[in-house]
Amino acid sequence: MPKQDRLSGNEAVAFALRQIDPDVIAAFPITPSTEIHQYVSLFKANGEMTTEFVTVESEHSAMSTCVGAQTAGVRAMTATSSCGLALMHEVLYIAASSRLPIVVAVVNRALSGPININNDHSDSMGSRDAGWIQLYSENAQEAYDNMLMAHRIAEHPDVCLPVMVCQDGFITSHAVENITLEDDAFVKAFVGEYRPAKYLLNPAEALSVGPYDFPAYYMEHKMLQTLAMERAEAVIEAVAADFGRATGRHYGLLEAYRMEDAELAVVLMSSSAGTGKVAVDRLRAQGKKAGLVKLRSFRPFPAAAVGKALAGVRAVGIMDKADSFSAFGGPLGAEVRAAMYEAGLRAKAANYVYGLGGRDVRVEDFYEVFAELEKATDGGKIPAHRYLGVRGLEGGAKQ
Amino acid sequence: MSKNLLKHIHPGTKYQELTPGGHIYGSGNSKDFLTGSWRTVTPRWDEGKCKQCLLCFPVCPDSSIPVRDGKRGDFDFDHCKGCGICARVCPFGAIEYQAGEEE
Amino acid sequence: MTYNLRDIAGRPERLAPGHRMCAGCGGAIAVRGVLRALQPGDKAVVTAATGCLEVSTCMYPHTAWEDSFIHNAFENAGATCSGVEAAYRAMKKKGRLAETYKFIAFGGDGGTYDIGFQSLSGAMERGTDMVYVCYDNEAYMNTGIQRSSATPRYADTTTTATGSESAGKVQFKKDLTRIMAEHHIPYVAQTTFTGNFRDLHEKAEKAIYTPGPAFLNVMAPCPRGWRYETPEIMQVCKAAVETCVWPLYEVIDGRWVLSYEPKQKLPVEEYLKLQGRFKHLLRPDNAALVAQIQADVDKRWQELLTLCGQN
Repeated sequence: MPKQDRLSGNEAVAFALRQIDPDVIAAFPITPSTEIHQYVSLFKANGEMTTEFVTVESEHSAMSTCVGAQTAGVRAMTATSSCGLALMHEVLYIAASSRLPIVVAVVNRALSGPININNDHSDSMGSRDAGWIQLYSENAQEAYDNMLMAHRIAEHPDVCLPVMVCQDGFITSHAVENITLEDDAFVKAFVGEYRPAKYLLNPAEALSVGPYDFPAYYMEHKMLQTLAMERAEAVIEAVAADFGRATGRHYGLLEAYRMEDAELAVVLMSSSAGTGKVAVDRLRAQGKKAGLVKLRSFRPFPAAAVGKALAGVRAVGIMDKADSFSAFGGPLGAEVRAAMYEAGLRAKAANYVYGLGGRDVRVEDFYEVFAELEKATDGGKIPAHRYLGVRGLEGGAKQ
Repeated sequence: MSKNLLKHIHPGTKYQELTPGGHIYGSGNSKDFLTGSWRTVTPRWDEGKCKQCLLCFPVCPDSSIPVRDGKRGDFDFDHCKGCGICARVCPFGAIEYQAGEEE
Repeated sequence: MTYNLRDIAGRPERLAPGHRMCAGCGGAIAVRGVLRALQPGDKAVVTAATGCLEVSTCMYPHTAWEDSFIHNAFENAGATCSGVEAAYRAMKKKGRLAETYKFIAFGGDGGTYDIGFQSLSGAMERGTDMVYVCYDNEAYMNTGIQRSSATPRYADTTTTATGSESAGKVQFKKDLTRIMAEHHIPYVAQTTFTGNFRDLHEKAEKAIYTPGPAFLNVMAPCPRGWRYETPEIMQVCKAAVETCVWPLYEVIDGRWVLSYEPKQKLPVEEYLKLQGRFKHLLRPDNAALVAQIQADVDKRWQELLTLCGQN
């Protein structure tokens, strides 16, 4: 039977890890994901988990240990943030190209420098081309649910790709909220067993992994990899459908909030969606046709779903909690615009870089965005991209 | 004994036929790659002079001196690269190197 | 059980021919020798760091490995092997695997002394049941002979070029075997190729079959990087041992045991003169440099003798 509880995002992820009880967890601490490993250690110490808990000496080694274990034939997981994720960078590519369904809990934190321990998406955005499926969680419930669905997605024979389940550091990882937890038996049954076809510890057939690829082969291997990412969209939806039937909590590639007749919309990910929805509700009460699109899956990028969600919109504010330093906005800005173009949409689009390094995101910030979008629909000129909530900018910070 | 499960793969193979992840199934199929063509000098084994001490066996980087039932046989010329270490260590002059790639 | 080369030679070959290591490669000889120490019924998973060995033995679609093999990246053979071993423990605990597997990581001096050092240290410190074998060819050979911390003093490499202003590498060789002994792991040994390969075989066997972490440092000459004619490898190894440049010893549960003491310790020139990378040292005006090398060899040899209780 599911039960109600009050947990932080980290506690919820740790709870999920306990229920999943992967064969190997490689652990290295970094704020704000450290607690997850601490909970696992306690669970193990009290006999509540059978996982082989490998306390490695760096995040690079954490991911390397996961690659070794998963290739050997078992489930391997870890949790990290920020520079830890950055330190794993080359191994992330190897995990994905080796088609290993490793699942990692990423508690999003800004990349140095300057060093900052608070939330933004620069860490997972920095790894967006590594070939990992990336799911973003708005709150502890979503972080928990995404964790339960992750292995079914990763291990699906059409996919065989690693998955990052992301949540905002401190904002949800350390904030307690009401949550529905499934029981252990349900999780075990839903997640199932990992039975790879090819693995190192198979006495019947040896396996060599990590070969040198001549130019004659590399691109064909990448082709296989990219097709797997394309197929992941349907698998993410199918697993969510199963999950929804079983739990009553329904997910998709994205969430379209009050978008049916929206003319002004924001597109964003993760915890700020909560604040954004409050702003949308209040604007709606004022008669404005506001809406919000929250991406759950960033990789694969659900271009068709984004195009469909924004079909009737007149102005879009694409909100990025990371800067690409492309001098043209952030990653979500670039990809949403591409999806809009592909869908034949010519709505006004503006890209807002916000919330960097844990900068507080307020309802008033959303008002500022929607006001600007409204100005655009009235024929006013608005910047194609800008920072939001910085002292000294016209409009100013709302501190 | 190992068999080559990837025999069908060559630089002209379409992507659909390659193995996901670049995984290589099975064991030791490098045997199919004939490094014997690298030779510019070739060893000759004089079975008469050979005392079967087997000191040549461990020094071959290419596993090209077969040993069966405690005795060495002739070189694996498909793979011997002609490095010359075996001749140099043979205490009985039972291995000599000659110019050329031919066995 | 007394070493018998004939018996050992009958074991199934675990490194298949057709790999693309250079003709005369010491690394390949080292790997064959270590793998021969496995009991024929035992399986292994071999982990390799990026380097000559890995890239030449596993080129898609070919593998020279009869056992399962994983290559991950350059600096993480230790951690990767640690992960494979953790998986093994998990599978054993859950009754998913009946067979016995051994875990052997191979890294060149690059992937072991330098970029892979942290990963090695962590894997050993955690007590991973594995053996890490360094095939030490004393430079980053795969990228074309650049210096590593294992390169001897005054060796010529492409990043310690000799010329009018330089006599080669400035630093003395890092003593990794001693550093690994200070990890207080059950078994550490230093070996190379000798006569009938007894030293390497027995040490590899102990390393593989001692429970817990073990480290084996194998001097594996590289004809390209050291610049000697390929047939001469055994002569180079012998000179390294007889001059005490590369002493043979073990550290068994913290007890230092000398494997071999030359009856007549040869001057270091006997070793240097065999290799082109030291050719500049043979000039009379570089005698002082050779003396420095000799002094360092002597100092380390005396320290080793003391540790082994022979002083």
